[in-house]
Amino acid sequence: MTSTAPVASGAAPEEPLLRRLMRATEVDTRMIGMVAAITLIWVGFHVYTYLQSGEGLFLTPRNLWNLTVQTSSVAVMATGMVLVIVMRHIDLSVGAIIALVSTIVGVAQVDFLPTYLGLDNPATWIISIALALAVGCTVGALQGALVAYVGIPAFIVTLGGQLFWRGAAWWVTTGATIAPLDSRFARMGGGPPSGSIGEWGSWALALFICAGIVASLYFGRRRRARYNFPLRPMWAEITVAVIGCFVTLGATAIVNAYPLPERVAERYAEAHNIPVPPGGLDIPTGYAIPVLIALAAGLVITFVARRTRFGRYVYAIGGNPEAALLAGINVRRITVMVFALMGTLAGISACIDSARLDSATNALGTLDELYVIAAAVIGGTSLSGGVGTIYGALIGALVIQSLQSGMVLLGFDSAFQQMVVGLVLVAAVGIDTSYRRGTAKG
Amino acid sequence: MDAQTKAPLIEMKDISIAFGGVKAVDRASVNLFPGEVVGLLGHNGAGKSCLIKILSGAYKRDSGQIFVNGEEAQIANPRDAKRYGIETIYQTLALADNVDAASNLYLGRELMTPWGTLDDSAMEHEARRVMGRLNPNFRRFKVPVISLSGGQRQSVAIARAIHFNARILIMDEPTAALGPAETAQVGELVKQLKADGIGIFLISHDIHDVFDLADRIAVMKNGQVVGIGPVSAMTKDEVLGMIILGKCPPGATPGPGAVTSN
Ligand SMILES: Nc1ncnc2c1ncn2[C@@H]1O[C@H](COP(=O)(O)OP(=O)(O)OP(=O)(O)O)[C@@H](O)[C@H]1O
Ligand SMILES: [Mg+2]
Repeated sequence: MTSTAPVASGAAPEEPLLRRLMRATEVDTRMIGMVAAITLIWVGFHVYTYLQSGEGLFLTPRNLWNLTVQTSSVAVMATGMVLVIVMRHIDLSVGAIIALVSTIVGVAQVDFLPTYLGLDNPATWIISIALALAVGCTVGALQGALVAYVGIPAFIVTLGGQLFWRGAAWWVTTGATIAPLDSRFARMGGGPPSGSIGEWGSWALALFICAGIVASLYFGRRRRARYNFPLRPMWAEITVAVIGCFVTLGATAIVNAYPLPERVAERYAEAHNIPVPPGGLDIPTGYAIPVLIALAAGLVITFVARRTRFGRYVYAIGGNPEAALLAGINVRRITVMVFALMGTLAGISACIDSARLDSATNALGTLDELYVIAAAVIGGTSLSGGVGTIYGALIGALVIQSLQSGMVLLGFDSAFQQMVVGLVLVAAVGIDTSYRRGTAKG
Repeated sequence: MDAQTKAPLIEMKDISIAFGGVKAVDRASVNLFPGEVVGLLGHNGAGKSCLIKILSGAYKRDSGQIFVNGEEAQIANPRDAKRYGIETIYQTLALADNVDAASNLYLGRELMTPWGTLDDSAMEHEARRVMGRLNPNFRRFKVPVISLSGGQRQSVAIARAIHFNARILIMDEPTAALGPAETAQVGELVKQLKADGIGIFLISHDIHDVFDLADRIAVMKNGQVVGIGPVSAMTKDEVLGMIILGKCPPGATPGPGAVTSN
């Protein structure tokens, strides 16, 4: 973007429609590129499975629902990894933090809390989550302090951390698998039916989000008008609102089109005194809780990045650490905070992962750090610092999981999946680099 | 000159700093009065930037004292310096390249809404006002400053230094990237700030500019002060002699760096 659109955009008539649309709505080209890539992947797999088996398997409510649930853990961490990488650091320890946190929480749930609270106490899940956040935050802050105050490069600190924390996780469990976990805690994993918010919950949430989109556009416009800043043309605002609401409602329709699995539905019907009709039960599943957690993480971290001092400093430090220091920013404190935030998010992902498996082991989260970094980078975060968006990382996580899920549907083995994800990572950064060079921006 | 009768705004006494074996600044003493412009001259690597970075809190001095309004000042970091009203335009500009002009203007001192979030609209509004005074043609408020021209970036750095009611302004080559019109504008700005009673350290390689704007000139060589004296008592040739040969003319007070014999 080279200039802001003037009021009542008198754009030259020969300007192509798409370009004009993008300029007026201030959507960046990277976002368009990523959405196009995802569409291509999804449609590609759908067509491929159709040709292979006579039935398109990818673009089904069932697959899309599973896809988003499988993405959520990496997505949660990717939002924090963006900030870490924007500050020119890296965190290689997040997978190991998952192992540490989930084993500690698992042991607490299985061995300690029942002794004091009894089995199935409603406080168990709350204490578990608080514990997970506290452990994640502490581990992150500790690593951040080593980076900021001792001056050890983050690569080394978190590489050491990766070995250390996973080793510590083994120590917590002595290698045993800890199961089963608290039933309320397990809802974070998204397993039906209690792991999702159901049909009406999902529609209510969708309406709430639509209202939020419209309200934020309205208040943003009012604020700019009050300062006499250039405004986006009205039709552009409306286009953005319509697309936003359409995507929200569409996604809701999809998750509600995915019925609870038959056996689960029968048990659910029995528990709720619903008569089973002759054609079988069709109870919509709705949004899964881990997906909502990931979306909430995306929203909160976006807010933190854009609207708080902390976020502004993270980006400024990434852009020019010396300038940030000269501007009086406490760079060390911000560094510790970023790593603490990353650790906290890893703690949340640990809850999602262990809840989904209904067990905790010291092998949980293996290789996750690489997928998290890949998600951030595919989403446009620059390893040279200063540049990166949260929504980009979320889409990046979805791209990776889409590739993996698609290849599973096609029956490719995991060795091949790894090769493809690796290739896509390198290709994405390659395309990105040449694109940046083309637009002559750093 | 009547400025000399007031108490000095800044007094730097025997300031030294070394990097490894290099004595970047060696027992330098310079002072600055309210409403005065002191020009700092010297060849590349003479120690000018190091000296003013000590004053602005960017570097920690090895020895020496700094007094602000006659009282010893504790300046250990840039925030301390700003608290004393010392604002700096760095030679390297020190801008966060990836954020826009308004964010740079307010970096470290952001305007906040009552809810504790960044008030970007208010910051952009103020930025438009300040930049409009400095560089009326400037329109590109929404882009990262890396995509601005060298002169535009310099305007942002200048705006940031003058926007927060500085009492002492340090300008390290403020016009290096500016065109003639903008350079003249900075000259006007210096005169205006001077009239407001602000003390200014002006570092420049353009000896004519310094003669136009400065009340006194200090020359550094190899980290040491060669001499300090009023502009009116020196000729340009004498100042060049100080810079190149380290010879202190009769109109100036010699410092540790002045060559005595010959
Ligand atoms: N951070 C640093 N580390 C090591 N040496 C430094 C550092 N900063 C400056 N120096 C050295 O100190 C000396 C003085 O440098 P300084 O930047 O003050 O020169 P200057 O007078 O501002 O020159 P110029 O006119 O080129 O800006 C030089 O020899 C330089 O190499
Ligand atoms: Mg210099």
